Amino acid sequence: MPSFQRAARDALANTQQRRNLAHATATIRAKRERVVGEVDRWEDLRVAGAEAKDEALHHLPDYLEQLEANLTARGATVHWARDADEANAIVLGLIRDKGADEVVKVKSMLTQEIELNERLEEAGIHAWETDLAELIVQLGHDRPSHILVPAIHRNRAEIREIFLREMGSVGRPAPKDLTDEPAKLAEAARLHLREKFLRAKVAISGANFAVADTGTLVVVESEGNGRMCLTLPETLISLVGVEKVLPTFADLGPMLQLLPRSSTGERMNPYTSMWTGVTPGDGPQEVHVVLVDNGRSRVLADEVGRQALRCIRCSACLNVCPVYERAGGHAYGSVYPGPIGAVLNPLLRGTGSEVDKSLPYASSLCGACFEACPVRIDIPQLLVHMRTQVVDEASGRSPEALGMKAAAWTFADHRRLETAQRASSLSGRLLGNRTVRSVPGLGAWTQARDVPTPPKETFRQWWRRTHEDES
Amino acid sequence: MSSSQSTPLTGTERTSVLPGTGLTVALFATCFNDTLWPEAPRATVTLLERLGCRVVFPREQTCCGQMFTNTGYADDATPLVRKFVDTFERFDHVVAPSGSCVGSVREQHAMLARRSGDDGLLQAVEQTAPRVRELSELLVDVLGVTDVGAYFPHRTTYHPTCHSLRMLHVGDRPLQLLRAVRGIDLVELPSATECCGFGGTFAVKNADTSIAMGADKARHVRGTGAEVLVAGDNSCLAHIGGVLGRQRSGVRTLHLAQVLASTEEDPA
Ligand code: SF4
Repeated sequence: MPSFQRAARDALANTQQRRNLAHATATIRAKRERVVGEVDRWEDLRVAGAEAKDEALHHLPDYLEQLEANLTARGATVHWARDADEANAIVLGLIRDKGADEVVKVKSMLTQEIELNERLEEAGIHAWETDLAELIVQLGHDRPSHILVPAIHRNRAEIREIFLREMGSVGRPAPKDLTDEPAKLAEAARLHLREKFLRAKVAISGANFAVADTGTLVVVESEGNGRMCLTLPETLISLVGVEKVLPTFADLGPMLQLLPRSSTGERMNPYTSMWTGVTPGDGPQEVHVVLVDNGRSRVLADEVGRQALRCIRCSACLNVCPVYERAGGHAYGSVYPGPIGAVLNPLLRGTGSEVDKSLPYASSLCGACFEACPVRIDIPQLLVHMRTQVVDEASGRSPEALGMKAAAWTFADHRRLETAQRASSLSGRLLGNRTVRSVPGLGAWTQARDVPTPPKETFRQWWRRTHEDES
Repeated sequence: MSSSQSTPLTGTERTSVLPGTGLTVALFATCFNDTLWPEAPRATVTLLERLGCRVVFPREQTCCGQMFTNTGYADDATPLVRKFVDTFERFDHVVAPSGSCVGSVREQHAMLARRSGDDGLLQAVEQTAPRVRELSELLVDVLGVTDVGAYFPHRTTYHPTCHSLRMLHVGDRPLQLLRAVRGIDLVELPSATECCGFGGTFAVKNADTSIAMGADKARHVRGTGAEVLVAGDNSCLAHIGGVLGRQRSGVRTLHLAQVLASTEEDPA
């Protein structure tokens, strides 16, 4: 992956995408603000949500064992996966045992994170996404660019084109007279998906929450397609990140208020599905739960960084982020875009690669993300923390590092600062007026902005001239 | 304070009331303002003296370390934290005409001290940092004034900078102060709370995104028809002003302190 800066520059040139993103995020931002404003004790809810997640994270092994015991007691089979390879291998083995060559899928960030669809495809198994937006992304041979609205970068006309072009090659074709009316597009998707729901023997899901004290998994969604996957097939395989665990069923209370209001701007989400193991004669008769680590224990070990594991993937931080709004999701180089992606990706993967080194800098630190986050993740603090890690791991001999050293030396003593100021105000005097059009070395900085030159008299010179005698 | 507070004050009486009489305030000019935009700390001094405060400028001061901290150079920032407390810990009131520098002192100095493992430094920071205030906080909370007797007869719009808004939670204090300025035609800025795109090194490291954000902010400013854009942070103003200047928009940028210091006799 290229660095964020490079990817963002390309994305900024895509004016259609910029318009789509600006429109979509502004709409959802306004909706969210309205419904959050309705709740008197929103701050208390945020604290309750953060505390429930922290309790789970601080005693993670205990709650995971409790979850496993309760799931097993209720007829589910629990598997553990250390990383993406192990998780994919477990899922592949289970599907092969069933002799299936296709699966239906509930939208899941974790399966994207471990690239499950790609691995299944290589093994000759078709994985059909059933979430409307995921379907658009899958049919468009595209990558999601938003946690909640993966096709946020597409408009209706583009979606119509994708449906007409692609649906026929993987199942029921779109009607020839398809228009770009939302209802017509939704109907085409419904008909296309219906035959897949009815045929599939195996379904794959993630989970929004996994309750330790009851062994209950929870999926929250808007369309009902997820519920079709969770109830129709004979076998259900759920991949769950270890950070999804909640201590008690009561903890769902704040969560199910925080999540829909923060994510879609709704008071309640249309579909909340909960299942606890296997119920004879009702729903899937074989339930597998794969508990996946894939870098999460590494995040947990970082005392400052671990709060990122509280994330409930509501995407509120994306929708309020001015950088995300302009650069789009793809620039973040992973399934987790936006402010949370800028910290979570380098936390999960380390800061070795170009993109992971650049992500902590993909923010102006404006703080809008922290203000919006329903579980109070201090993303600006985490960004600074990860920047420090990037700098600490570097050689310390980059031009930037040397510049910082020199500046720190100057600031260590006011007499050095005064000497430096004399030199810069001298250059200011030589330049005469207070505006320069370009400064060598600052490059893009001055491309679109005028830069002031130093004034003829610094503040401290003025102070000495006007006040020094008195004090 | 005067006992005739119940009667509305006229312009001349206003300046005769000195809410801060006797109060000593240490000025943290900030390295950026000291070197590049001395008008803001100068206006801060003029204003506070007009309000009856004794202003002190400890010469040993340099920089709060914000640029180092926010770019990831925590090791280079820590000695500056030490220098900051050494310079300012003896004062009850410290003021800086910069929301982001005050934000850095109040929100990040403790983090840096903790990271350095120096308990003495952490203690000194915890004593000093809460006494460091942004200009509008000092005026409204400590001096208890919103009408500072300023005169500024111009169509003006106000950009609440991110750090003032979300780190310091200054709320509408700057607007309370601006609304009380005589002659001002204060117009609301659309999407005011959205970041201007400066963000320190962000403007250099992600120049394209930064400029896209700055251009939108400049468009909103021009849409108000204001002659003057006001904010409490010169770095944001320089960024937006840089875009406005390149567009030859004719909009002036002024620091909040300059507007509040402006009078009929000495206009900004
Ligand atoms: S970080 Fe917070 S706001 Fe962002 S997706 Fe996660 S829970 Fe939502």
